[in-house]
Amino acid sequence: MPEVAAAEEAAGEQHRRAASPPRPQRAGRARRTRRRLEPLAWLAPATILIAVVVIWPIVALVQTSMQNITPIGVTIGSAGARNFTKLFHDPNLPGILARTVLWVVAVVGITMLISLGLAQLFNQRFPGRRITRWALIAPWAASVMMTALIFRWMLQPDNGAINIFLHQLGIVHQFNSNESSWLGRPDSAMAWMIGVAVFVSLPFTTYTLLAGLQTIPGELFEAARVDGASRWRSYRSITLPLLRPAFVVAVVINVMNVFNSFPIIWEMTRGGPGYATNTTTVFMYNLKQSYIGEAAAMSVVNFGLIIVIVLIYLRVNNWNRQDAR
Amino acid sequence: MAAGTLLTRRGTSPRRLPTIKTAIIAAAAYVIAIIFLLPYVEMLITALRPQRELLARNYLPHHFAWSNLTNMWGASFGITTSLRVSLEVAGGATVLVLLVAIPAAYYTARHQFRGRGLFLLVVLVTQILQPTALIVGIYKEFLNFHLIDTVWALIMVNAGFNMAFAVWILNAYFASIPVEIEEAAMVDGSSRVGTMFRVTFPLALPGVVTALIFTFIAAWNEFIAALTLTTSNNVTPLTVRLDSFIGQYTVDWQHLFGASVVATIPVLILFALIERRVVGGLTTGSIK
Repeated sequence: MPEVAAAEEAAGEQHRRAASPPRPQRAGRARRTRRRLEPLAWLAPATILIAVVVIWPIVALVQTSMQNITPIGVTIGSAGARNFTKLFHDPNLPGILARTVLWVVAVVGITMLISLGLAQLFNQRFPGRRITRWALIAPWAASVMMTALIFRWMLQPDNGAINIFLHQLGIVHQFNSNESSWLGRPDSAMAWMIGVAVFVSLPFTTYTLLAGLQTIPGELFEAARVDGASRWRSYRSITLPLLRPAFVVAVVINVMNVFNSFPIIWEMTRGGPGYATNTTTVFMYNLKQSYIGEAAAMSVVNFGLIIVIVLIYLRVNNWNRQDAR
Repeated sequence: MAAGTLLTRRGTSPRRLPTIKTAIIAAAAYVIAIIFLLPYVEMLITALRPQRELLARNYLPHHFAWSNLTNMWGASFGITTSLRVSLEVAGGATVLVLLVAIPAAYYTARHQFRGRGLFLLVVLVTQILQPTALIVGIYKEFLNFHLIDTVWALIMVNAGFNMAFAVWILNAYFASIPVEIEEAAMVDGSSRVGTMFRVTFPLALPGVVTALIFTFIAAWNEFIAALTLTTSNNVTPLTVRLDSFIGQYTVDWQHLFGASVVATIPVLILFALIERRVVGGLTTGSIK
């Protein structure tokens, strides 16, 4: 659950400010050398783990993207840039890229909007607030792939609970028809999967915004009320601006999660029919089954996009101001 | 952190809301809570559907087949094996994360040194990266090391991608403990390591527990690395096992969801243990 960490960082900033100042240097060369090497001993385990699990795969990924690998996994020499050329000439790619943008923008946009409302609601005081907040965590606690599978089951054309409900409402007229086969048509499949992605993104986002809301001093609203400001006015002029840090962190983390999201599309349509519901992440995985080189090329392209998101993220965290002391 | 929790409990609204309004708000919140739970209720119901009612068009079957929950433990489903693998992976990753994160977090919280900023930056970057983005590289690496189909590969990947969170949260906890407390212990004759274990550690325990539980849950629910790095049945964790219930033409829905219920129970218990911190403190203490 990497999302929470981001939320934690902001806390870290405050605590770090209170951290102890560097201790006075003592004389003695041996002591100084020891001092210099000391951090290594404490940080080495973490650094090695990062090197093995994160850095090495990045290198292997770039290497693979330039190798010629047969579908059964035998490397037969260098491919130069051919994997990339092949990828860029893939007739499916433009549609997949456009769909990826739609996927990220729609999921994150809708998630943020709904979460703003939910956070506002769950910030009010009412009996049973704790239990209802508990319920909100459910999609966060369950594995995303499980949630995706439940929705796939509820959308079964013949007997899915959602179809039964829509039939009762008169929206679906016939079971086991084209109309009730939501995941069989690319457009409706995309719409439902966006819905599921929003559903699983809401808990984290709502909690982040809730945390942001709780830091706004109540006196501000009191003052605004005394000055005769309407509720909407004080929401716009007090809540939204003060909520910005939490909001921006939530947006960036969500963009990253949604862009990398694999289980939802994988479990609900496997990217089908054809390539019609692939995003770049799912496409990469589909390619990996038989064209590892091209999959690696797709991965490198994805990774480039991720680096851009990371840079935005670092900017958001205002890294330099915090720690380059 | 403590201040954050206090804030939550008190709530923020200084005014008393009119009763009618509170009722409307509460009603809306209850409805939303139910909507959030419904898919998981459906998961439980489906897990208990008898075979002949599996495809029935009703919300609730006429009777529940509790036997689904007992016969899914048969060897052919492999759930017992997968449960063991998932425990090993999640447990192993958690232990590894704590082993590498605690020293790093403690040191960066207590000392200023050259490279500190860079180290924390790299950690921050790994936190936002996910196995999905690097999966081809991860696969190639572990293939070269002959670690495909081993629990070790999954332990390392899960530990590597969850370490960042642990480092950051522990760093925050350690930094919030005044140095004076440690110094006092050392003046009283405690060694440095002794101080760390007897004084600092117990004070940072809430942070350690939070890091521990979140790592465990993330590793327990991890899917894509497990799907890529395991092919043989006896190293398949639960998430991948669930995926295998989906055949090309038929899906074994009852057992799929029965196993899902089993897979979700430990997570719910763990979330219950840190509920206060998730609901109140965890994110609350953070964005200020």
